[in-house]
Amino acid sequence: GAWKGGLRFQVSAALKEGRVTPTELCQRCLSLIKSTKFLNAYITVAEETALKQAEESEKRYRRGQPLGVLDGIPIAVKDNFNTAGIETTCASNMLKGYVSPYNATVVQKLLDQGAVLLGKTNLDEFAMGSGSTDGIFGPVRNPWSYSRQYKEKSVPKSHSEDKDANWVITGGSSGGSAAAVSSFTCFAALGSDTGGSTRNPAAHCGVVGLKPTYGLISRHGLIPLVNSMDVPGILTRCVDDAAVVLGSLAGHDPKDSTTIQDNFKPFELPNLTDVSKFLIGIPKEYHAPGLSSEILALWSKAADLFKNAGAKVIEVSLPHTRYSIVCYHVLCTAEVASNMARFDGLEYGHRSDMNKSTESMYAATRREGFNDVVRGRILSGNYFLLKQNYENYFIKAQKVRRLIANDFVKVFRSGVDILLTPTTLSDAVPYMEFIKEDNRTRSTQDDILTQAANMAGLPAINVPTALSERGLPVGLQFIGRSFQEKQLLTVAKWFEKQVKFPTIQLEEVKRHNHGVFQHQKSASFS
Amino acid sequence: RKVTVEVLDHLERLALVDFRDSEGIERLQKAIQFADQLHEVNTDGVEPMDSVLEDRCLYLREDDVTEGNCTKELLKNAREKVEEYFVAPPGNIPLPKLEERETFLQGS
Repeated sequence: GAWKGGLRFQVSAALKEGRVTPTELCQRCLSLIKSTKFLNAYITVAEETALKQAEESEKRYRRGQPLGVLDGIPIAVKDNFNTAGIETTCASNMLKGYVSPYNATVVQKLLDQGAVLLGKTNLDEFAMGSGSTDGIFGPVRNPWSYSRQYKEKSVPKSHSEDKDANWVITGGSSGGSAAAVSSFTCFAALGSDTGGSTRNPAAHCGVVGLKPTYGLISRHGLIPLVNSMDVPGILTRCVDDAAVVLGSLAGHDPKDSTTIQDNFKPFELPNLTDVSKFLIGIPKEYHAPGLSSEILALWSKAADLFKNAGAKVIEVSLPHTRYSIVCYHVLCTAEVASNMARFDGLEYGHRSDMNKSTESMYAATRREGFNDVVRGRILSGNYFLLKQNYENYFIKAQKVRRLIANDFVKVFRSGVDILLTPTTLSDAVPYMEFIKEDNRTRSTQDDILTQAANMAGLPAINVPTALSERGLPVGLQFIGRSFQEKQLLTVAKWFEKQVKFPTIQLEEVKRHNHGVFQHQKSASFS
Repeated sequence: RKVTVEVLDHLERLALVDFRDSEGIERLQKAIQFADQLHEVNTDGVEPMDSVLEDRCLYLREDDVTEGNCTKELLKNAREKVEEYFVAPPGNIPLPKLEERETFLQGS
């Protein structure tokens, strides 16, 4: 195709002008999902309903009355959001076969805008993990494993099968959504973010991953992990698209009392040319142990980029950063212990055949339904909540949380507009290497740069920055002030424009290459 | 400081989840060890933080019925039901004692 970085086809414009129809677009995506099945990004593909939605959208376009920019745009949703009539599993035996009777608010909002729901994406069981490897449907494969860029840098093997053994993880827990967007099977996807679960896979899969401010987007219908930190996450191929999706999702929801009541106005991002008014903070504690020299260099280069463009760039300190993971560990397991209590087999989900008593039925159901990771967190959480431990662990963690949040308040109060940090410690590791360590150890290591933003409730975004020496994506993270998404995304968009991250070169996508599919390969839909 | 069998048993009852094997118990020990790092932080005079939105007023809507009447929908997902009831096995029967339960802790 003639697509080159910097030129963008606008799918929405193409739909409006009739150059492509919603059903064509939907069919292309469904076909590509089939030919990229080996990625295991999707748990459920809702082919019939998607095509119906596409047909309805087409009727609206023919009447000249599309609902908006998202009308007819194929999207995917992480399988921990309730979707009416479509199975919602959380990649767990506990919810296998569970068909939601309602749509999560964010899903409803997307459908109301005419978006076409292609299916539910794969994740770590109950969103617990940083690899998207620990779900019952198996691990998600990073599309970049099959890219020309990665293959060129890999040591050539003697058999063609061996290329498969070297595939890398997507990161997690929203790996399916990241892979779906990265491999062009949809234009945007929903993830969730509790400790970095949207930004981490975004970084590894070379896509934009936005964690909005806590309280901006409704959690109604998002199966909860940590009520005080969970947010729906947005994954797209460019920052402009993230702004469009954000615009359709943000705002008060009477069904979620933790959404703020302020009036939210959707915004278009300006094309910033002058960054001299910005003060960028570089938190020194994010130079964490284990940070690869490659990423450190990129981070430094990015800081210089801002400096050379006239922005003020200073080093700042967030002294409690290194306790964020420990704090998260306690608060997360405690809230998980509470949130997972609802799974007892009585009203929905898996139910054991054990019938002797309510208690033994509950115990057997949960023994059969949850994997080790989930059960481990429930037990740890219950330990920290025991009367003799409550003050020393749970309350203590809540106090440390305030200290972490205050670190950010102090820095922003001193005049810093945006923080610039790495998103991950390294590029994506091969699956065979990743599984050598257990889930908790991995999560501890991988969440270190992303978790504090959840602790403080701040908005944060991963912007794909460059390819590593192994030919894999590396992203950088911007953290903004509470509810200042417009400023955050404006700076992110400027940065995205400067770095010109390359397009993934996938064989499967090339095979589908003809006129209509040009829109597939374009970065943005807006 | 090792976690006693009594506490492990207590946790299994509270959580209604079992320590399947020694790995499960080891996992808990490691989790506690990890959490102990919190005690390095000086939190004198610091209030616990429940929510990052603590400075805002919680939204309360009017006490009006706006939805409901979805009994059929909700019962669809339950495995055992009779008419409009979820059916549970008999209650008020505590979990069997440690010695009588199928649990890894028996060996301890």
